[in-house]
Amino acid sequence: MLKDITLGQYFPGDTIVHRLDPRTKIILVLFYIIALFTADSWVSYGLVLVVSVICQSLSRIRAKNLFKGLKPMLVIITLTAVLNIFYTTGTPVLPGWIITWEGIARAIKMVLRIVLLITGTFLLTYTTSPIALTDGLEILLNPLKKLKVPIHEMTMMMSMALRFIPTLIEETDKIMSAQRARGADFETGSLVRRAKALIPVLVPLFVSSFRRADELAVAMECRCYHGGEGRTRMKQLKMTSADITALILGAVFLAAVIVIRRLGF
Amino acid sequence: MEIIRFDNVHFKYPGSEKETLRGISLSVEEGTFVAVLGRNGSGKSSLAKHMNAILLPSSGRVTVCGMDTADEDRILDIRRNVGMVFQNPDNQIVANVVEDDVAFAPENLGVPSDQIRRRVDDALTLVDMFNFKTHAPHLLSGGQKQRVAIAGVLAMRPKIIVLDEPTAMLDPQGRRDVISTVTALCRENGMTVILITHHMDECVNADRVIVMADGSVVKDGTPQSVFSDVDTMEKHGLSAPETVKILYDLNRSGYSFSLTTLDVQTCAEKIAEALGK
Repeated sequence: MLKDITLGQYFPGDTIVHRLDPRTKIILVLFYIIALFTADSWVSYGLVLVVSVICQSLSRIRAKNLFKGLKPMLVIITLTAVLNIFYTTGTPVLPGWIITWEGIARAIKMVLRIVLLITGTFLLTYTTSPIALTDGLEILLNPLKKLKVPIHEMTMMMSMALRFIPTLIEETDKIMSAQRARGADFETGSLVRRAKALIPVLVPLFVSSFRRADELAVAMECRCYHGGEGRTRMKQLKMTSADITALILGAVFLAAVIVIRRLGF
Repeated sequence: MEIIRFDNVHFKYPGSEKETLRGISLSVEEGTFVAVLGRNGSGKSSLAKHMNAILLPSSGRVTVCGMDTADEDRILDIRRNVGMVFQNPDNQIVANVVEDDVAFAPENLGVPSDQIRRRVDDALTLVDMFNFKTHAPHLLSGGQKQRVAIAGVLAMRPKIIVLDEPTAMLDPQGRRDVISTVTALCRENGMTVILITHHMDECVNADRVIVMADGSVVKDGTPQSVFSDVDTMEKHGLSAPETVKILYDLNRSGYSFSLTTLDVQTCAEKIAEALGK
């Protein structure tokens, strides 16, 4: 069950989307998110959907993997859909019904927005190695260092967190098996009961995470880690003409969505 | 040439009553393979951590490559010269890709990027993990992960490599791989190797074995001389390698073997010879 968590997972590949500079991809995702939240008409939603599908197919990430990432969000998506269907005023679908045409339209748009938001951002983490991602982020946020924002520390923590996700998942599985072997029951009972059953999993997990963190810190010190100052990089990021083209296309796309909204299509 | 020197080093963890190290004095020659043996709590890990200034002596002095470990200005120089590998490979690997992890130390040292690339490739070749350089560490076996961790330290181009029970969490195959990698680093690349362990068999190839108990050095010498003293070893909770043990038991029932034989082949030949008479 825990193996399903796809957050921060990276699928190596050699497509145009994989080869783009992480900075380009981060900016493009930003454009994409802005466009998604600017979009309000069917035409603009259609445009975002088309662009999203094109990017997905360019990256050759299987749709199955993208939708797997949606699973944990299923509750929120359903809730959004139901609330919008039932609580939007307008013309009823049938006389006397609570459900309105406007409600259905809004529900579809909201669900579409969430799904596109998640799959779009997943495309970034699926096609960019976490190190490249945090490197890109660090460089993009570099100006903030002047304001004494600890950018290096933050991006370092992020890449560590991503690095330890599989390790901690493995550990959780192991602890759950151990507790199950002693008669713990995680699957039956009320929600409260099941939540309580997780305590004997979480406590050892926390204890071991702290021990890990401690050992990791010593190991990093042993390898001469002393903050971001004077650090170099093995893989230097390079913007190519493909990056420029991608950025221009992204800007055109964003502009198009904004124009569509202004013109009221 | 002397590369590590301990002068009457005492050490106590803050808040603890008991001294972990009680007056250690020793000196290690460059290019030797030294094994440090001792059971849990004997102070062998604390000893290791003194070699690259992770711990500083409460009293006494540790000198590494001519530098006092208490000198804070030299701390990066000391750590770059003394690579340290720990027990759990999972807790030492910082990146999601093998080569990125190996690059971590040189990146910290500010090495220019084209040189980092070369160092990473060299280090991975030395531990025979070059073909795995784009793999994800969590998909490797324990022995492979530990070799990646060793490569991560080698990329600093250290003179000394200290391994704190590097095989404790590995299966027999992984353990053999790690030990042969480490032995080769000493024999072929002239590195000084300090191997902390409680497995006797891993010390057989060492130039020198130091036995620790209760914060002190209780025995120091060649593997032959240390292991042949079976009584002292057992008193400190350590059992001699199987070969020595067999010869020792035979001696007690009337034979007179010398207890300096460590490898299985010679041991078997000697017994055959004695029985043939």
